[in-house]
Amino acid sequence: MKPFDYVRADSPRSAVAAGGARARFIAGGTNLIDLMKLEVEAPERLVDISRLDLGGIGPAEGGGLRIGALASNADVAAAHAVRRDYPALARALLSGASGQIRNKATTGGNLLQRTRCPYFTDTSQPCNKRRPGKGCAAIGGHTRNHAILGATSHCIATHPSDMAVALRALDASVEIEGADGSRRRMTVGELYRLPGDAPDRDTTLEAGELITAVILPPPPAGAAQSYRKVRDRASYAFALVSLACVAKMEDGRIDQVALAFGGIAPVPWRDGAAEEALRGENPGPEVFEHAADILLADAERQGDNAFKIPLVRRLLKAELARATGTGDQR
Amino acid sequence: MEITLTVNGRAQALELDPRTTLLDALRDHLQLTGTKKGCDHGQCGACTILLNGRRINACLTLAAMHEADEIATIEGLAPPDDPGALQAAFLHHDGFQCGYCTPGQIVSATGMLEEARAGWPSHVSPNLEAEVALDRSEVAERMSGNLCRCAAYTGIVEAILETAEQERDVEPREAAE
Ligand SMILES: Cc1cc2nc3c(=O)[nH]c(=O)nc-3n(C[C@H](O)[C@H](O)[C@H](O)COP(=O)(O)OP(=O)(O)OC[C@H]3O[C@@H](n4cnc5c(N)ncnc54)[C@H](O)[C@@H]3O)c2cc1C
Ligand code: SF4
Ligand code: FES
Ligand code: FES
Repeated sequence: MKPFDYVRADSPRSAVAAGGARARFIAGGTNLIDLMKLEVEAPERLVDISRLDLGGIGPAEGGGLRIGALASNADVAAAHAVRRDYPALARALLSGASGQIRNKATTGGNLLQRTRCPYFTDTSQPCNKRRPGKGCAAIGGHTRNHAILGATSHCIATHPSDMAVALRALDASVEIEGADGSRRRMTVGELYRLPGDAPDRDTTLEAGELITAVILPPPPAGAAQSYRKVRDRASYAFALVSLACVAKMEDGRIDQVALAFGGIAPVPWRDGAAEEALRGENPGPEVFEHAADILLADAERQGDNAFKIPLVRRLLKAELARATGTGDQR
Repeated sequence: MEITLTVNGRAQALELDPRTTLLDALRDHLQLTGTKKGCDHGQCGACTILLNGRRINACLTLAAMHEADEIATIEGLAPPDDPGALQAAFLHHDGFQCGYCTPGQIVSATGMLEEARAGWPSHVSPNLEAEVALDRSEVAERMSGNLCRCAAYTGIVEAILETAEQERDVEPREAAE
């Protein structure tokens, strides 16, 4: 690990004042310390935000729920309001990492965790995300956990967070404190950016901006919520493909639907056109197939990950059948 | 930098490089070698300790971040001359072979049983809001952060289930009626 100056922030203000391009905030540390040991991350200054008073979970203005950036993944999954009103979020969190890690991992840190592309963490390999312009060792290499949508010739990595996928389906926002102390909000969809030719930037945050909270809108009344994760082991493994589904029926037709996918793209993936194709329809296999066709129209395989294309299709059909009470309920 | 850590109820001042993980501070500076280093990357659970009563991996946090916290290690949970219920159950059920993962398993199980008591659901819980009923699959899921290279899992799960049942037996039974 490279040496760094350790600074403890005592307010969000002092944290952003100490932050910047060469600094990193440390919250739970479960991703950052791992990457610092590998020297994938080598901040000159480490700003400890873990003591800030940002751990609360409570009602948000106008209904909904406000989750402080430092609330642990375990506390969020155990919170009664989350279990009752946002089960897709509780399920996504419970499917991630281990009991020990969830106790330490925070809401803000989970959103900003880095990819699990094995070449990103192997400093002997070229990686545009780690060192822009050096090339991408994954292309032509082992690509089992890589993207089928949204990738470019610069980077084909996926975003690893389960929580972010559920938040994307639930239309959550993040609250951010900027270097000048002002607060702004953006949706989880706006937080993440596609790699384009600059895969070193995972998000649209400016250097030194601090996430202070996640805000969930009021729970979608009468909608079924689920989170389903497909992985190589039954527990303690990242998703190969996952799906957060929020669906509401009205008079036998699909009234509302949100589908967010994990493990298939550099960002938690939603496709408005695929959702639109479902809205107002009578649920059934053909309608689901049609939505899958739209979703996967631009899907590109990368060698080892070709299996993800049929897997996404099957997962979409199975979850929609379950959510709409049609077909196989398993 | 100077850091005071409170481990097993005792506050001790240490002079540490800020890069020192909590795991290395415990093992190399406080000579508490019961907490093991397996992977050093959060993947095996050998380094599990209790931080303010909650289980975490000591390898993925810095000692400097834990000045004001209560840290408990295997040495504090059950001193050698006074084995706890979990340790006795591990012995009884052959919950280990080489023993390298065992301190982490026992500390993790201690934290896990507390989580179950608090009513936290797990990935395999059919209902997120129902009372927790620990069975083999619940224990396996909740303990999946602790690997055992000797694959003593059958005994580990049995030992934890037995401990959970003993605890339930000493509590009032009305709920079961
Ligand atoms: C073995 C293992 C298995 C795992 N399995 C899964 C899994 O199955 N699913 C899953 O989703 N995750 C998994 N994880 C990842 C885990 O969820 C993340 O490590 C964790 O959520 C990160 O949170 P943290 O608070 O520890 O972040 P940190 O490590 O403290 O920080 C991560 C990044 O976020 C930045 N940051 C943190 N907080 C803020 C803030 N408030 N504002 C701005 N920037 C901030 C930091 O500067 C850093 O760049 C796994 C991790 C491990 C080690
Ligand atoms: S896929 Fe992205 S993260 Fe992986 S090696 Fe290529 S550039 Fe790096
Ligand atoms: S040594 Fe900490 S999890 Fe393996
Ligand atoms: S007993 Fe040997 S690793 Fe578990």
